Amino acid sequence: MHDDSGVLTGAHFIDGDHACSEGAIAAGCRFVAGYPITPSTEIVERIAERFPFVGGVFIQMEDEIASSIAIQGAVWAGKKAMTVTSGPGFSLMMEHIGYAAMTETPCVFVDVQRAGPSTGLPTMPAQGDMMQARWGSHGDYGIIALCPNSPQECFDLTIRAFNLAEQFRVPVLLMMDECVGHMIERVIIPPAHEIQVFKRRYYHGPKNELLLFQPDKDLVPPMVKAGEGYQIHVTGLTHDENGYPNMTVGAQAKLVTRLVNKIRMNADTIIDYREDGVEGADIVVVTYGITSRTAIPAIEQARKEGMRIGHLRLVTAWPFPEKRIRELASKVKAFVVPELNLGQMVYEVERLASGKSKVELVPHAGGTVHNPKEIYAAIKHLVKG
Amino acid sequence: MFMARTEIKIGGFGGQGVILGGYIIGRAASIYDNKFATMIQAFGPEARGSSASAELIISDETITYPYITAPNLMVLMSQEAYTKFASELIAGGTLITEEELVTSSNLRKDVQHFSIPATRFAEELGKKMVLNIVMMGFTSAISNVVHEQAMIEAVKVSVPKGTEDLNLKAFQKGYEYGQKILKGKN
Repeated sequence: MHDDSGVLTGAHFIDGDHACSEGAIAAGCRFVAGYPITPSTEIVERIAERFPFVGGVFIQMEDEIASSIAIQGAVWAGKKAMTVTSGPGFSLMMEHIGYAAMTETPCVFVDVQRAGPSTGLPTMPAQGDMMQARWGSHGDYGIIALCPNSPQECFDLTIRAFNLAEQFRVPVLLMMDECVGHMIERVIIPPAHEIQVFKRRYYHGPKNELLLFQPDKDLVPPMVKAGEGYQIHVTGLTHDENGYPNMTVGAQAKLVTRLVNKIRMNADTIIDYREDGVEGADIVVVTYGITSRTAIPAIEQARKEGMRIGHLRLVTAWPFPEKRIRELASKVKAFVVPELNLGQMVYEVERLASGKSKVELVPHAGGTVHNPKEIYAAIKHLVKG
Repeated sequence: MFMARTEIKIGGFGGQGVILGGYIIGRAASIYDNKFATMIQAFGPEARGSSASAELIISDETITYPYITAPNLMVLMSQEAYTKFASELIAGGTLITEEELVTSSNLRKDVQHFSIPATRFAEELGKKMVLNIVMMGFTSAISNVVHEQAMIEAVKVSVPKGTEDLNLKAFQKGYEYGQKILKGKN
Protein backbone atom coordinates (compact mmCIF):
# COMPACT_ATOMS: atom_id res chain seq x y z
CA MET A 1 0.00 0.00 0.00
CA HIS A 2 1.39 3.37 -0.93
CA ASP A 3 -0.83 6.32 -0.19
CA ASP A 4 0.74 9.69 -0.85
CA SER A 5 -1.71 11.71 1.18
CA GLY A 6 -1.40 9.30 4.11
CA VAL A 7 -4.26 11.03 5.89
CA LEU A 8 -6.11 8.69 8.24
CA THR A 9 -9.51 10.36 7.81
CA GLY A 10 -12.06 9.43 10.46
CA ALA A 11 -12.83 9.45 14.16
CA HIS A 12 -10.12 7.88 16.31
CA PHE A 13 -9.63 7.17 19.99
CA ILE A 14 -5.87 7.74 20.32
CA ASP A 15 -3.36 9.40 22.58
CA GLY A 16 -1.68 12.74 22.02
CA ASP A 17 1.58 11.14 20.93
CA HIS A 18 -0.11 9.13 18.18
CA ALA A 19 -2.19 12.13 17.18
CA CYS A 20 1.04 14.10 16.75
CA SER A 21 2.39 11.37 14.43
CA GLU A 22 -0.79 11.52 12.34
CA GLY A 23 -0.61 15.31 12.24
CA ALA A 24 2.95 15.12 10.92
CA ILE A 25 1.94 12.64 8.22
CA ALA A 26 -1.08 14.76 7.26
CA ALA A 27 1.16 17.84 7.05
CA GLY A 28 3.38 16.07 4.53
CA CYS A 29 6.27 15.17 6.82
CA ARG A 30 8.20 12.31 5.25
CA PHE A 31 11.43 12.30 7.23
CA VAL A 32 11.76 11.78 10.96
CA ALA A 33 15.00 11.20 12.82
CA GLY A 34 14.94 10.60 16.54
CA TYR A 35 16.40 8.97 19.59
CA PRO A 36 13.31 7.59 21.35
CA ILE A 37 12.75 8.89 24.86
CA THR A 38 9.83 8.68 27.30
CA PRO A 39 7.22 10.17 27.14
CA SER A 40 7.60 10.88 23.42
CA THR A 41 8.43 7.33 22.32
CA GLU A 42 4.94 6.53 21.04
CA ILE A 43 5.28 9.29 18.44
CA VAL A 44 8.26 7.69 16.72
CA GLU A 45 6.86 4.19 17.23
CA ARG A 46 3.81 5.14 15.21
CA ILE A 47 5.89 7.02 12.66
CA ALA A 48 8.12 3.96 12.20
CA GLU A 49 5.04 1.81 11.70
CA ARG A 50 3.21 4.18 9.36
CA PHE A 51 6.02 5.68 7.27
CA PRO A 52 6.69 2.62 5.06
CA PHE A 53 3.10 2.93 3.78
CA VAL A 54 3.33 6.61 2.89
CA GLY A 55 6.81 6.78 1.40
CA GLY A 56 8.47 8.25 4.47
CA VAL A 57 11.84 7.53 6.06
CA PHE A 58 12.34 7.13 9.79
CA ILE A 59 15.84 6.76 11.20
CA GLN A 60 16.61 5.94 14.79
CA MET A 61 19.81 7.95 15.22
CA GLU A 62 22.70 7.48 17.63
CA ASP A 63 21.58 10.44 19.72
CA GLU A 64 19.56 13.66 19.78
CA ILE A 65 22.39 15.80 18.42
CA ALA A 66 22.53 13.69 15.28
CA SER A 67 18.72 13.52 15.05
CA SER A 68 18.34 17.28 15.17
CA ILE A 69 20.79 17.84 12.31
CA ALA A 70 19.74 14.85 10.16
CA ILE A 71 16.29 16.40 9.78
CA GLN A 72 17.88 19.59 8.47
CA GLY A 73 19.79 17.69 5.79
CA ALA A 74 16.49 16.11 4.74
CA VAL A 75 14.82 19.53 4.56
CA TRP A 76 17.48 20.90 2.21
CA ALA A 77 16.97 17.80 0.07
CA GLY A 78 13.31 18.76 -0.26
CA LYS A 79 11.55 16.86 2.54
CA LYS A 80 9.41 18.08 5.39
CA ALA A 81 11.02 16.78 8.54
CA MET A 82 10.76 16.64 12.31
CA THR A 83 12.48 15.23 15.34
CA VAL A 84 10.84 14.18 18.57
CA THR A 85 12.19 14.22 22.10
CA SER A 86 11.76 15.10 25.77
CA GLY A 87 13.74 17.27 28.21
CA PRO A 88 17.17 15.60 28.27
CA GLY A 89 17.16 15.23 24.49
CA PHE A 90 15.78 18.73 24.02
CA SER A 91 18.80 20.08 25.90
CA LEU A 92 21.12 18.27 23.49
CA MET A 93 19.28 19.71 20.49
CA MET A 94 19.76 23.36 21.42
CA GLU A 95 22.79 23.93 19.20
CA HIS A 96 20.90 22.68 16.18
CA ILE A 97 17.80 24.72 16.92
CA GLY A 98 20.13 27.69 16.56
CA TYR A 99 21.54 26.22 13.36
CA ALA A 100 18.02 25.84 11.94
CA ALA A 101 17.25 29.43 12.90
CA MET A 102 20.49 30.74 11.37
CA THR A 103 20.20 28.72 8.15
CA GLU A 104 16.43 29.29 7.97
CA THR A 105 15.74 25.59 7.73
CA PRO A 106 12.02 24.92 8.22
CA CYS A 107 11.61 21.98 10.58
CA VAL A 108 9.61 20.84 13.59
CA PHE A 109 10.94 19.87 17.02
CA VAL A 110 8.48 18.06 19.28
CA ASP A 111 9.23 18.20 23.01
CA VAL A 112 6.92 16.06 25.14
CA GLN A 113 7.82 17.69 28.42
CA ARG A 114 8.54 15.64 31.53
CA ALA A 115 9.69 16.87 34.91
CA GLY A 116 13.37 17.88 35.07
CA PRO A 117 16.07 19.03 35.41
CA SER A 118 18.27 16.26 34.03
CA THR A 119 16.50 12.90 33.71
CA GLY A 120 14.02 13.98 36.39
CA LEU A 121 10.69 12.15 36.25
CA PRO A 122 10.59 10.38 32.86
CA THR A 123 6.95 9.30 33.03
CA MET A 124 5.41 12.38 34.58
CA PRO A 125 4.37 15.75 33.21
CA ALA A 126 5.88 19.22 33.58
CA GLN A 127 6.09 22.47 31.65
CA GLY A 128 9.67 23.22 32.57
CA ASP A 129 11.12 23.71 29.08
CA MET A 130 9.19 26.82 28.10
CA MET A 131 11.99 29.36 28.48
CA GLN A 132 14.51 26.89 27.07
CA ALA A 133 12.30 26.68 23.99
CA ARG A 134 12.59 30.41 23.52
CA TRP A 135 16.16 31.07 24.60
CA GLY A 136 17.95 27.71 24.72
CA SER A 137 20.32 28.25 21.83
CA HIS A 138 22.92 30.99 21.95
CA GLY A 139 22.65 34.29 20.12
CA ASP A 140 19.62 36.19 18.89
CA TYR A 141 16.95 34.46 16.86
CA GLY A 142 13.21 33.98 16.66
CA ILE A 143 11.25 30.76 16.97
CA ILE A 144 7.62 29.73 17.24
CA ALA A 145 6.30 27.45 19.99
CA LEU A 146 2.84 25.87 20.23
CA CYS A 147 1.12 24.28 23.24
CA PRO A 148 -1.60 21.65 22.61
CA ASN A 149 -3.94 20.69 25.45
CA SER A 150 -5.59 17.58 23.98
CA PRO A 151 -4.90 14.76 21.52
CA GLN A 152 -7.07 16.60 18.98
CA GLU A 153 -4.84 19.63 19.27
CA CYS A 154 -1.73 17.46 19.08
CA PHE A 155 -2.99 16.57 15.62
CA ASP A 156 -4.13 20.07 14.64
CA LEU A 157 -1.13 21.92 16.01
CA THR A 158 1.41 19.53 14.52
CA ILE A 159 -0.01 20.47 11.14
CA ARG A 160 0.12 24.14 12.07
CA ALA A 161 3.71 23.70 13.27
CA PHE A 162 4.75 22.42 9.84
CA ASN A 163 2.84 25.20 8.10
CA LEU A 164 4.41 27.92 10.23
CA ALA A 165 7.87 26.39 9.79
CA GLU A 166 7.44 26.53 6.01
CA GLN A 167 5.87 29.96 5.96
CA PHE A 168 8.55 31.63 8.04
CA ARG A 169 11.45 29.23 7.55
CA VAL A 170 12.05 28.77 11.24
CA PRO A 171 12.26 25.82 13.60
CA VAL A 172 8.83 25.42 15.20
CA LEU A 173 8.64 23.77 18.60
CA LEU A 174 5.61 21.74 19.58
CA MET A 175 5.61 21.91 23.39
CA MET A 176 3.53 18.95 24.52
CA ASP A 177 3.67 17.41 27.99
CA GLU A 178 3.44 13.87 29.32
CA CYS A 179 -0.20 14.28 30.35
CA VAL A 180 -1.35 15.43 26.92
CA GLY A 181 0.95 12.94 25.18
CA HIS A 182 -0.37 9.89 26.99
CA MET A 183 -3.99 10.98 27.29
CA ILE A 184 -6.40 9.11 25.02
CA GLU A 185 -9.36 11.01 23.58
CA ARG A 186 -11.37 11.32 20.42
CA VAL A 187 -9.41 12.76 17.51
CA ILE A 188 -11.22 13.73 14.33
CA ILE A 189 -9.00 13.62 11.26
CA PRO A 190 -10.65 15.44 8.36
CA PRO A 191 -10.45 14.39 4.71
CA ALA A 192 -7.09 15.23 3.10
CA HIS A 193 -8.58 17.93 0.88
CA GLU A 194 -9.85 19.83 3.93
CA ILE A 195 -6.42 20.00 5.53
CA GLN A 196 -4.50 23.14 4.67
CA VAL A 197 -0.88 22.41 4.00
CA PHE A 198 1.55 25.24 3.30
CA LYS A 199 3.60 24.45 0.24
CA ARG A 200 7.28 25.29 0.46
CA ARG A 201 8.21 28.31 -1.64
CA TYR A 202 10.99 27.54 -4.09
CA TYR A 203 13.16 29.81 -6.21
CA HIS A 204 12.85 28.89 -9.88
CA GLY A 205 14.90 31.71 -11.40
CA PRO A 206 18.07 31.53 -13.46
CA LYS A 207 20.95 29.70 -11.81
CA ASN A 208 23.41 32.55 -12.15
CA GLU A 209 21.06 35.06 -10.55
CA LEU A 210 20.34 33.07 -7.39
CA LEU A 211 20.71 34.91 -4.10
CA LEU A 212 19.99 32.08 -1.68
CA PHE A 213 19.11 34.28 1.29
CA GLN A 214 17.45 37.19 -0.51
CA PRO A 215 14.20 37.68 1.41
CA ASP A 216 10.79 38.52 -0.01
CA LYS A 217 8.69 41.34 1.45
CA ASP A 218 7.69 39.18 4.41
CA LEU A 219 11.43 38.92 5.24
CA VAL A 220 11.44 35.23 4.28
CA PRO A 221 13.59 34.00 1.38
CA PRO A 222 12.28 31.23 -0.92
CA MET A 223 14.18 27.94 -0.78
CA VAL A 224 16.27 25.96 -3.22
CA LYS A 225 16.36 22.19 -3.29
CA ALA A 226 19.82 20.65 -3.10
CA GLY A 227 20.57 18.50 -6.12
CA GLU A 228 18.65 20.56 -8.67
CA GLY A 229 21.75 22.20 -10.07
CA TYR A 230 21.79 25.42 -8.09
CA GLN A 231 25.08 26.10 -6.40
CA ILE A 232 24.20 26.63 -2.80
CA HIS A 233 26.15 27.14 0.37
CA VAL A 234 24.46 26.81 3.74
CA THR A 235 26.38 27.81 6.85
CA GLY A 236 25.84 28.63 10.49
CA LEU A 237 28.39 31.39 10.13
CA THR A 238 27.11 34.90 9.59
CA HIS A 239 26.38 35.11 5.88
CA ASP A 240 25.11 37.52 3.27
CA GLU A 241 22.39 36.95 0.64
CA ASN A 242 24.73 34.67 -1.30
CA GLY A 243 24.90 32.29 1.61
CA TYR A 244 28.67 32.62 1.95
CA PRO A 245 30.33 33.67 5.20
CA ASN A 246 30.52 37.42 5.60
CA MET A 247 31.86 37.98 9.05
CA THR A 248 31.38 41.70 9.38
CA VAL A 249 29.43 43.90 11.74
CA GLY A 250 27.21 44.98 8.87
CA ALA A 251 26.31 41.49 7.69
CA GLN A 252 25.65 40.38 11.27
CA ALA A 253 23.31 43.31 11.90
CA LYS A 254 21.44 42.73 8.67
CA LEU A 255 21.02 38.97 8.99
CA VAL A 256 20.30 38.56 12.68
CA THR A 257 17.93 41.52 12.78
CA ARG A 258 15.97 39.96 9.96
CA LEU A 259 15.89 36.56 11.69
CA VAL A 260 14.34 38.20 14.74
CA ASN A 261 12.11 40.59 12.81
CA LYS A 262 10.53 37.99 10.56
CA ILE A 263 8.84 36.64 13.68
CA ARG A 264 8.32 39.99 15.44
CA MET A 265 6.81 41.71 12.42
CA ASN A 266 4.57 38.77 11.57
CA ALA A 267 3.61 38.10 15.19
CA ASP A 268 -0.04 39.06 14.72
CA THR A 269 -0.57 36.38 12.11
CA ILE A 270 1.29 33.77 14.15
CA ILE A 271 -0.12 34.39 17.63
CA ASP A 272 -3.13 32.33 18.64
CA TYR A 273 -4.82 32.58 22.01
CA ARG A 274 -8.32 31.79 23.27
CA GLU A 275 -10.30 34.03 25.57
CA ASP A 276 -13.25 33.19 27.74
CA GLY A 277 -14.93 35.86 29.81
CA VAL A 278 -11.94 38.19 29.66
CA GLU A 279 -13.94 41.36 28.90
CA GLY A 280 -15.04 42.91 32.18
CA ALA A 281 -13.05 40.46 34.27
CA ASP A 282 -11.30 41.51 37.47
CA ILE A 283 -8.84 38.66 37.27
CA VAL A 284 -7.51 36.88 34.21
CA VAL A 285 -6.04 33.41 34.49
CA VAL A 286 -3.30 32.93 31.87
CA THR A 287 -2.68 29.29 30.95
CA TYR A 288 -1.15 27.06 28.29
CA GLY A 289 -1.00 23.32 27.52
CA ILE A 290 -2.52 20.95 30.07
CA THR A 291 -2.79 23.76 32.62
CA SER A 292 -5.46 25.36 30.44
CA ARG A 293 -7.68 22.39 31.34
CA THR A 294 -6.87 22.03 35.01
CA ALA A 295 -7.60 25.74 35.54
CA ILE A 296 -11.17 25.49 34.23
CA PRO A 297 -12.79 23.85 37.31
CA ALA A 298 -11.12 26.55 39.44
CA ILE A 299 -12.40 29.34 37.19
CA GLU A 300 -15.91 27.86 37.12
CA GLN A 301 -15.99 27.56 40.90
CA ALA A 302 -14.89 31.17 41.35
CA ARG A 303 -17.49 32.38 38.86
CA LYS A 304 -20.20 30.44 40.67
CA GLU A 305 -19.33 32.46 43.75
CA GLY A 306 -19.79 35.67 41.80
CA MET A 307 -16.16 36.49 41.05
CA ARG A 308 -15.46 37.96 37.62
CA ILE A 309 -12.77 35.72 36.23
CA GLY A 310 -11.46 35.63 32.67
CA HIS A 311 -9.41 32.89 31.05
CA LEU A 312 -6.74 33.60 28.47
CA ARG A 313 -5.19 30.48 27.06
CA LEU A 314 -2.00 30.66 25.02
CA VAL A 315 -2.07 28.32 22.04
CA THR A 316 1.18 29.86 20.81
CA ALA A 317 3.53 30.43 23.72
CA TRP A 318 6.12 32.06 21.43
CA PRO A 319 5.83 34.66 20.11
CA PHE A 320 4.08 35.86 23.27
CA PRO A 321 0.87 37.94 22.91
CA GLU A 322 2.54 41.09 24.22
CA LYS A 323 -0.03 43.55 22.92
CA ARG A 324 -2.98 41.75 24.46
CA ILE A 325 -1.42 41.27 27.90
CA ARG A 326 -0.29 44.92 27.97
CA GLU A 327 -3.82 46.00 27.04
CA LEU A 328 -5.41 43.84 29.73
CA ALA A 329 -2.89 44.95 32.35
CA SER A 330 -4.53 48.36 32.55
CA LYS A 331 -8.01 46.86 32.80
CA VAL A 332 -7.74 43.98 35.23
CA LYS A 333 -6.83 43.83 38.86
CA ALA A 334 -4.57 40.82 38.56
CA PHE A 335 -3.30 37.94 36.48
CA VAL A 336 -3.04 34.41 37.83
CA VAL A 337 -0.51 32.22 36.03
CA PRO A 338 -0.56 28.50 36.88
CA GLU A 339 2.40 26.63 35.43
CA LEU A 340 3.87 23.15 35.88
CA ASN A 341 7.17 24.80 36.74
CA LEU A 342 8.39 27.18 39.39
CA GLY A 343 7.88 30.25 37.24
CA GLN A 344 8.67 30.73 33.54
CA MET A 345 5.97 32.25 31.32
CA VAL A 346 4.90 34.28 34.35
CA TYR A 347 7.97 36.46 33.74
CA GLU A 348 6.49 37.54 30.42
CA VAL A 349 3.19 38.41 32.07
CA GLU A 350 5.02 40.38 34.80
CA ARG A 351 7.12 42.23 32.22
CA LEU A 352 4.03 43.28 30.28
CA ALA A 353 1.85 43.99 33.32
CA SER A 354 4.64 46.39 34.18
CA GLY A 355 3.33 47.08 37.66
CA LYS A 356 -0.13 48.08 36.46
CA SER A 357 -1.73 44.91 37.75
CA LYS A 358 -0.71 42.20 40.16
CA VAL A 359 0.69 38.96 38.81
CA GLU A 360 0.51 35.78 40.84
CA LEU A 361 2.20 32.55 39.90
CA VAL A 362 0.66 29.24 40.92
CA PRO A 363 3.80 27.11 40.81
CA HIS A 364 4.08 23.33 40.62
CA ALA A 365 7.33 21.40 40.52
CA GLY A 366 5.83 18.85 38.12
CA GLY A 367 5.13 15.14 38.33
CA THR A 368 1.38 15.61 38.03
CA VAL A 369 -0.98 18.43 37.14
CA HIS A 370 -2.32 21.16 39.43
CA ASN A 371 -5.12 20.36 41.77
CA PRO A 372 -7.72 22.95 40.62
CA LYS A 373 -8.12 23.91 44.30
CA GLU A 374 -4.62 25.43 44.24
CA ILE A 375 -5.58 27.67 41.34
CA TYR A 376 -8.91 28.52 42.98
CA ALA A 377 -7.09 29.50 46.19
CA ALA A 378 -4.85 31.91 44.28
CA ILE A 379 -7.87 33.50 42.58
CA LYS A 380 -9.75 33.85 45.84
CA HIS A 381 -6.75 35.31 47.61
CA LEU A 382 -6.42 38.02 44.97
CA VAL A 383 -10.13 38.82 44.96
CA LYS A 384 -10.04 39.31 48.71
CA GLY A 385 -6.78 41.23 48.63
CA MET B 1 -28.04 4.84 36.69
CA PHE B 2 -25.14 7.26 36.20
CA MET B 3 -24.85 11.02 36.24
CA ALA B 4 -23.37 13.19 33.54
CA ARG B 5 -19.84 12.26 34.58
CA THR B 6 -18.65 8.75 35.32
CA GLU B 7 -15.17 8.15 36.65
CA ILE B 8 -14.00 4.62 36.09
CA LYS B 9 -10.99 2.72 37.34
CA ILE B 10 -10.10 -0.64 35.87
CA GLY B 11 -7.46 -2.77 37.55
CA GLY B 12 -6.00 -6.21 37.24
CA PHE B 13 -2.73 -7.91 36.46
CA GLY B 14 -0.62 -7.72 33.32
CA GLY B 15 -1.93 -9.92 30.52
CA GLN B 16 -5.60 -9.68 31.48
CA GLY B 17 -6.27 -6.99 28.94
CA VAL B 18 -7.02 -4.29 31.49
CA ILE B 19 -5.91 -1.44 29.25
CA LEU B 20 -7.78 -2.80 26.23
CA GLY B 21 -10.89 -3.14 28.37
CA GLY B 22 -10.73 0.53 29.34
CA TYR B 23 -9.89 1.51 25.80
CA ILE B 24 -13.02 -0.24 24.50
CA ILE B 25 -15.30 1.60 26.94
CA GLY B 26 -13.68 4.92 26.01
CA ARG B 27 -13.82 4.26 22.31
CA ALA B 28 -17.45 3.12 22.57
CA ALA B 29 -18.40 6.28 24.44
CA SER B 30 -16.50 8.82 22.34
CA ILE B 31 -16.79 7.33 18.86
CA TYR B 32 -20.06 5.39 18.88
CA ASP B 33 -22.09 6.99 21.69
CA ASN B 34 -21.63 10.71 21.18
CA LYS B 35 -20.08 11.28 24.59
CA PHE B 36 -16.75 12.58 25.74
CA ALA B 37 -14.11 10.18 27.05
CA THR B 38 -10.64 10.71 28.44
CA MET B 39 -8.45 7.75 29.30
CA ILE B 40 -5.18 7.78 31.20
CA GLN B 41 -2.98 4.73 31.59
CA ALA B 42 -0.70 4.21 34.54
CA PHE B 43 2.83 4.69 33.22
CA GLY B 44 6.18 4.20 34.82
CA PRO B 45 7.52 1.60 37.24
CA GLU B 46 4.10 1.23 38.86
CA ALA B 47 2.73 0.06 35.51
CA ARG B 48 5.36 -2.68 35.12
CA GLY B 49 5.26 -6.16 36.60
CA SER B 50 2.13 -7.66 37.97
CA SER B 51 -0.38 -4.85 38.15
CA ALA B 52 -2.05 -2.82 35.42
CA SER B 53 -4.65 -0.10 35.60
CA ALA B 54 -6.53 2.37 33.49
CA GLU B 55 -8.45 5.50 34.43
CA LEU B 56 -11.35 6.68 32.38
CA ILE B 57 -13.77 9.58 32.48
CA ILE B 58 -17.01 9.39 30.50
CA SER B 59 -19.07 12.56 30.33
CA ASP B 60 -21.87 14.27 28.45
CA GLU B 61 -19.80 17.46 28.57
CA THR B 62 -16.26 18.41 27.58
CA ILE B 63 -13.77 16.94 30.02
CA THR B 64 -11.41 19.52 31.51
CA TYR B 65 -9.47 18.07 34.44
CA PRO B 66 -8.23 14.78 32.95
CA TYR B 67 -7.62 12.56 35.99
CA ILE B 68 -10.22 10.76 38.06
CA THR B 69 -10.68 12.16 41.57
CA ALA B 70 -13.78 10.37 42.86
CA PRO B 71 -14.29 7.10 40.94
CA ASN B 72 -17.88 5.89 41.00
CA LEU B 73 -17.32 2.73 38.98
CA MET B 74 -14.55 0.25 39.53
CA VAL B 75 -13.81 -2.93 37.61
CA LEU B 76 -11.23 -5.05 39.44
CA MET B 77 -9.84 -8.29 38.13
CA SER B 78 -7.23 -9.23 40.72
CA GLN B 79 -6.89 -9.33 44.49
CA GLU B 80 -3.93 -6.97 44.29
CA ALA B 81 -5.97 -4.43 42.33
CA TYR B 82 -8.75 -4.72 44.90
CA THR B 83 -6.38 -4.14 47.78
CA LYS B 84 -4.75 -1.23 46.01
CA PHE B 85 -7.75 0.60 44.59
CA ALA B 86 -11.06 -0.40 46.22
CA SER B 87 -10.77 2.15 49.01
CA GLU B 88 -10.80 4.97 46.42
CA LEU B 89 -14.31 4.07 45.23
CA ILE B 90 -16.84 6.61 46.45
CA ALA B 91 -19.54 5.48 48.89
CA GLY B 92 -22.53 4.35 46.90
CA GLY B 93 -20.34 3.59 43.91
CA THR B 94 -20.45 0.44 41.84
CA LEU B 95 -17.84 -2.24 42.37
CA ILE B 96 -17.48 -4.97 39.78
CA THR B 97 -15.10 -7.85 40.47
CA GLU B 98 -13.89 -11.05 38.90
CA GLU B 99 -15.61 -13.51 41.18
CA GLU B 100 -12.89 -16.14 41.40
CA LEU B 101 -9.91 -13.78 41.48
CA VAL B 102 -11.13 -11.34 44.12
CA THR B 103 -12.06 -12.82 47.50
CA SER B 104 -15.48 -11.59 48.45
CA SER B 105 -15.04 -11.79 52.21
CA ASN B 106 -14.42 -8.42 53.82
CA LEU B 107 -15.77 -6.49 50.85
CA ARG B 108 -16.81 -2.90 51.43
CA LYS B 109 -20.43 -2.66 52.51
CA ASP B 110 -21.09 0.91 51.40
CA VAL B 111 -20.91 0.15 47.68
CA GLN B 112 -23.02 -1.84 45.25
CA HIS B 113 -21.14 -4.99 44.47
CA PHE B 114 -21.49 -7.23 41.43
CA SER B 115 -19.24 -10.13 40.49
CA ILE B 116 -18.82 -12.48 37.57
CA PRO B 117 -16.67 -15.57 37.04
CA ALA B 118 -15.33 -14.02 33.85
CA THR B 119 -12.20 -16.15 33.58
CA ARG B 120 -14.24 -19.36 33.79
CA PHE B 121 -16.73 -18.08 31.22
CA ALA B 122 -13.85 -17.17 28.94
CA GLU B 123 -12.35 -20.62 29.31
CA GLU B 124 -15.72 -22.16 28.46
CA LEU B 125 -15.75 -20.07 25.29
CA GLY B 126 -12.40 -21.61 24.40
CA LYS B 127 -9.97 -18.79 25.17
CA LYS B 128 -9.07 -17.47 28.59
CA MET B 129 -7.75 -14.33 26.88
CA VAL B 130 -11.24 -12.96 26.27
CA LEU B 131 -11.97 -12.58 29.97
CA ASN B 132 -11.57 -8.82 29.71
CA ILE B 133 -14.28 -8.70 27.06
CA VAL B 134 -16.57 -10.83 29.25
CA MET B 135 -15.88 -8.29 32.02
CA MET B 136 -16.71 -5.42 29.67
CA GLY B 137 -19.98 -7.05 28.61
CA PHE B 138 -20.88 -7.49 32.27
CA THR B 139 -19.83 -3.92 33.12
CA SER B 140 -21.88 -2.63 30.21
CA ALA B 141 -25.02 -4.39 31.42
CA ILE B 142 -24.57 -3.43 35.06
CA SER B 143 -23.53 0.18 34.66
CA ASN B 144 -25.16 1.20 31.40
CA VAL B 145 -22.40 3.83 31.16
CA VAL B 146 -22.27 3.29 27.39
CA HIS B 147 -24.99 1.85 25.17
CA GLU B 148 -24.70 -1.85 24.40
CA GLN B 149 -24.57 -1.28 20.64
CA ALA B 150 -21.73 1.25 20.99
CA MET B 151 -19.78 -1.27 23.05
CA ILE B 152 -20.33 -3.95 20.42
CA GLU B 153 -19.05 -1.62 17.68
CA ALA B 154 -16.00 -0.76 19.76
CA VAL B 155 -15.25 -4.42 20.52
CA LYS B 156 -15.40 -5.27 16.80
CA VAL B 157 -12.79 -2.69 15.80
CA SER B 158 -10.52 -2.96 18.84
CA VAL B 159 -9.76 -6.68 19.00
CA PRO B 160 -7.24 -8.46 16.74
CA LYS B 161 -8.53 -9.26 13.25
CA GLY B 162 -9.98 -12.74 13.02
CA THR B 163 -11.05 -12.82 16.67
CA GLU B 164 -14.12 -10.61 16.30
CA ASP B 165 -16.70 -13.42 16.57
CA LEU B 166 -15.14 -14.94 19.64
CA ASN B 167 -14.90 -11.56 21.33
CA LEU B 168 -18.48 -10.66 20.47
CA LYS B 169 -19.59 -13.97 22.00
CA ALA B 170 -17.54 -13.13 25.08
CA PHE B 171 -19.19 -9.72 25.26
CA GLN B 172 -22.67 -11.25 24.95
CA LYS B 173 -21.89 -13.81 27.63
CA GLY B 174 -20.90 -11.09 30.08
CA TYR B 175 -23.76 -8.82 29.07
CA GLU B 176 -26.44 -11.51 29.48
CA TYR B 177 -25.02 -12.59 32.81
CA GLY B 178 -25.18 -8.96 33.94
CA GLN B 179 -28.82 -8.65 32.90
CA LYS B 180 -29.65 -11.86 34.74
CA ILE B 181 -27.98 -10.62 37.92
CA LEU B 182 -29.82 -7.29 37.69
CA LYS B 183 -33.17 -9.07 37.30
CA GLY B 184 -32.41 -11.19 40.33
CA LYS B 185 -31.68 -8.11 42.39
CA ASN B 186 -34.89 -6.32 41.44
